[in-house]
Amino acid sequence: MIRRPAARRLYYAALLFLAILGAAAIAAPLVAPYSPTEQHLDRRLAPPSRTHLLGTDNLGRDLLSRTIYGSRSALLVGIVSVAISALLGSLVGLVAALSSPSLDNLLMLVMDSLLSFPTVLLAITVVSFLGYGLVQVMIAVGVIYAPTFARLVRAETLALKNEGYVEASQALGTPQVLVVFRHILPNLLGKVVVQCSITFALTVVIEASLSYLGLGAQPPTPSWGLMLKDARDYLVQAPWMALYPGLALAFTVLCFNILGDSLSERLNPKL
Amino acid sequence: MVPGDPALVIAGVDATAEDIAAIRARIGTDRPLPAQYLDWLWRVVRFDFGTSLTSGQPVTALIFERFGLTLSLALLGMLISLVVALPIGVVSAVRRWSFWDYLGMGFSQAGMAVPSFWLGILLLLALAVKIPLFPLFGSGSLRHLVLPAVALGIARAAVLLRLTRASMVEELSKEYVITARAKGLTERMVKYKHALRNGLLPVVTIAGIQLGYMLGGAIIIEQVFSLPGLGRLFLFGVYQRDFPLIQGGVVFVAFAFSLINFLVDILYSVLNPRIRVG
Repeated sequence: MIRRPAARRLYYAALLFLAILGAAAIAAPLVAPYSPTEQHLDRRLAPPSRTHLLGTDNLGRDLLSRTIYGSRSALLVGIVSVAISALLGSLVGLVAALSSPSLDNLLMLVMDSLLSFPTVLLAITVVSFLGYGLVQVMIAVGVIYAPTFARLVRAETLALKNEGYVEASQALGTPQVLVVFRHILPNLLGKVVVQCSITFALTVVIEASLSYLGLGAQPPTPSWGLMLKDARDYLVQAPWMALYPGLALAFTVLCFNILGDSLSERLNPKL
Repeated sequence: MVPGDPALVIAGVDATAEDIAAIRARIGTDRPLPAQYLDWLWRVVRFDFGTSLTSGQPVTALIFERFGLTLSLALLGMLISLVVALPIGVVSAVRRWSFWDYLGMGFSQAGMAVPSFWLGILLLLALAVKIPLFPLFGSGSLRHLVLPAVALGIARAAVLLRLTRASMVEELSKEYVITARAKGLTERMVKYKHALRNGLLPVVTIAGIQLGYMLGGAIIIEQVFSLPGLGRLFLFGVYQRDFPLIQGGVVFVAFAFSLINFLVDILYSVLNPRIRVG
């Protein structure tokens, strides 16, 4: 349990923000005042006003609607990539910890070599070979963050393997698969969930970064990164374009980080 | 295997089939993939990344021409990040749960949440558009590097600050600190001589890794600030499907990244005699 009340309030605030964001992403057609791709060419680069609460962009598209719809790209990439890296990484980590030392070495060598590249560089490279688009970003990011999970799960499994109850269960003749599902996985879950939350934050940033570089979401798909890319070209004429997609991005990342911190504090009260 | 045929890009739209075949033969993409790969590997170990498909110049020369700017950007960013992170991190640890600690933690959370490219755009908006202190485009002087280095450094500072704080908190709770106090050393000596020296050790390692990550982060920052560094060269390669350039860029940065980590390991053993081996 979190001891400091301020931290607990932060945790609930973060949960609330993420819940609202998720709801807005699902119900985007209902809450967005305009279509995110509809162009009002007579109202290009309009500052925030009553008809367009956050203003319009260089093609006269409503920025509020685009920001709301942009959450779909961010959350979708986050969910799919985190699922890929958590499943792939945990599987590799489990196999590495429970198999022969030679397979362990081989698997961890592959994982470590993935970690020896700066993440953004690796993501750009993978996407440049797979082709541009959100699906490719999901695959690339999913694979890139798998080693973090693999190392975590491997280390935890190695420690759990020597716990009394695991050894007892093995001594009673429980099949290896059952030992993993009944005793090892449930104990891993907490740390994996914390890692998921932190990875989610990183993933959202990578999606925005790649979309900013034109390698992720392709126009006219609304994405915060892509909106910021347009904003960069109209900084002088329309500074408001640069504000809200970035704020949405930063708050999403912030909330996932707070969530990760609080969860790890809850699950690991010693710190 | 890889979508996008570089020969088609080079040949342009009016090319005949013979032209394309000739280009494929010239750049070697008509040969089997394993043969192409072995060839490339043999050249890479001799630091020859081949010639760029778009400019016809050797990739190694192109990389070294641009690397200076990226390296100075990363080093300046690192400097800013250390100057911000170390003092705040140490003060946060020494005065835990004080106003300064909360301020530091707030800064750190914000710094981690704001992506560096958005921070770059905001800095441009504030200090180049609204108050024109810094140039909006271009490169060549130190003034052109300040804003990108700040944008790059702040995100890293956030991580370093957290680490500095955690590491100092841990050191301050150790027994030698009690011993030092028991033998009558001043609080200042205990905190800033004994604990600080040990507390900063892990920071050195992470700072080194962070420098490596800045080489990657520079790709986006260079794009935001239109700086002609390694990152933009690499992106140009990606946009133009200039595969020798992409491969050369990746291998070069991975090499630089590993080299930095290696140097940090050496530095670490110099600073920490306990882990010196044989």
